[in-house]
Amino acid sequence: MTHALVQPLTAANGLAAHSADGRPMADVAASFIKANDRLTAFERLEIYARSYWFRLIDCVYDDCPGLRGLLGERRFDALVRAYLARHPSRSFTLRNLCDRLPEFIRATPRLTAPRTALAHAVARFEWAQTVAFDGEARPVLTPGDLAGTPPTRLRVGLQPYLSLLELNWPVDDYVIAVKQRDALRSAASNAVDHGPRAVVRKRVAVPRRRRVQVAVHRLNNRLYYKRLDRPAFLMLAALRSGRTLVQAVAAAGPRVRPEDVRTWCATWMELGWLCRRE
Amino acid sequence: MPANSFNGQTDYGIGIGLRVPHYQHILAKKPVVDWFEIISENFMVDGGRPLEVLDQILEQYRVVQHGVSMYFGSADRPDRAHLQKLKRLVRRTKTPWLSDHLCWGSVDGTFTHDLLPMPYTLAAAKRTAEKIRYVRDFLEVPICVENVSSYAEFHVSEMTEWEFLSEVVERADCGVLLDVNNIYVSAQNHGFDPYAYVNGIPSHRVGQMHVAGHTKFEKYILDTHDHPVLDPVWKLYAHATQRCGVTATLLEWDDKIPSFDEVHDEALKANQFIGDARAAQPAKKSVSRK
Ligand SMILES: [Fe+2]
Repeated sequence: MTHALVQPLTAANGLAAHSADGRPMADVAASFIKANDRLTAFERLEIYARSYWFRLIDCVYDDCPGLRGLLGERRFDALVRAYLARHPSRSFTLRNLCDRLPEFIRATPRLTAPRTALAHAVARFEWAQTVAFDGEARPVLTPGDLAGTPPTRLRVGLQPYLSLLELNWPVDDYVIAVKQRDALRSAASNAVDHGPRAVVRKRVAVPRRRRVQVAVHRLNNRLYYKRLDRPAFLMLAALRSGRTLVQAVAAAGPRVRPEDVRTWCATWMELGWLCRRE
Repeated sequence: MPANSFNGQTDYGIGIGLRVPHYQHILAKKPVVDWFEIISENFMVDGGRPLEVLDQILEQYRVVQHGVSMYFGSADRPDRAHLQKLKRLVRRTKTPWLSDHLCWGSVDGTFTHDLLPMPYTLAAAKRTAEKIRYVRDFLEVPICVENVSSYAEFHVSEMTEWEFLSEVVERADCGVLLDVNNIYVSAQNHGFDPYAYVNGIPSHRVGQMHVAGHTKFEKYILDTHDHPVLDPVWKLYAHATQRCGVTATLLEWDDKIPSFDEVHDEALKANQFIGDARAAQPAKKSVSRK
């Protein structure tokens, strides 16, 4: 039954006429499901197949408004179905449904061409939001934790819920704009008077190429995006990869001044980003 | 049965499901609600807002955990890491009992996120009961299994759904979360008598009930949880309550969720049937002693 469920629906959202091994699906269904006076075995199986697909598709729609805005309805829908066919859920929770979407976008560029790289960036950014929303938080680093270990040996961890992204487009601004557009659209669709529709239907402009470094994190359990200077980003990335504090400062580049590092570290500690390494 | 070993000897009244659109209202207004049912999986996370909200709710309200991913009927063995995560949540909520569905939904680690009906065979009942016992022993909390709504029946089934449910819960020595809407939906889809179902299960094992709304299509009924409870379901609920005794009852409303007050008012409609059942109870007791 699972094989039949996870097989993609037809263009009309029906159960496929043939199973993956080529047998007529009506025969497959009838081999284990009883018909009744109203529905054939095929039709009964189809109820389950549709509900399987619609539930999962809905979930990706909820998690990826930016990607949907970028690709448009038709291409986004095709991408989601292809993704779910290739990567059915491997987790007890739908929270993790999109964890392999960025990788899938890169592996199947034809589904997003010519905007594959941008789509990949948006998908990474949207997955980072899921991580920031309910990812693990470790006890934050206190000044006391720093005392007693020389900087050459000190390794500092970053909160697991924090994602560091270097992107070739300002995807953060783009996703905010799409969400604002969608919020307006849903407010308008709830209204009796459809006057403002023309205004809110406008497309959000595709971002222009510009390299940005963004941290996706949470503070007091609210989601935030924070732009970082490239040296600060490089230092954080080095900490994440397990470098010592001294190595991480070196990774930030030769032009970084000690007072910059002090300011950054004070900010990061205030934001609760730094924690002890496991 | 008001209080029994399957619901941790509690006597809970009418509850509603804790849902995201109502968080703000509940935390700000602190409405009087007897208890909330939470979907365990929504809080089996490592941190962030969900657990913050849960802790605030737990300060004010009684919470019962309801799961959607245990898949007692799946052949896969329960994953220990998953159970450990669930147990941490059980300790956090102090849920007096825990419910999940009599269904399957995963194969070799692939999850359908659906509650799929089981073949009603003795072999499946034995295997399922074993899994329920294992999970209960691990979690150290009473378990009630819920009957699901279904749209398909299998050739291999050897018994009715209520015979299968009875077989499983007797073998596992666990409770029943009787979803009367699911009984009604399946009865319509498969053409059986929903009253025979309610009369056919071990009533002393019912630790909780569910009511919900459904949607009628031309050839079948879909369990949509996006409507008020329909009259025939309330009627069946009244019958179940008379037969099983007044039992902790929860209204499920999961889609097109209206205001908190609307959901709560709908749930409280159960009170009128509970009153009737209470009035009928002394007579019932004298009959059952014979
Ligand atoms: Fe239910």
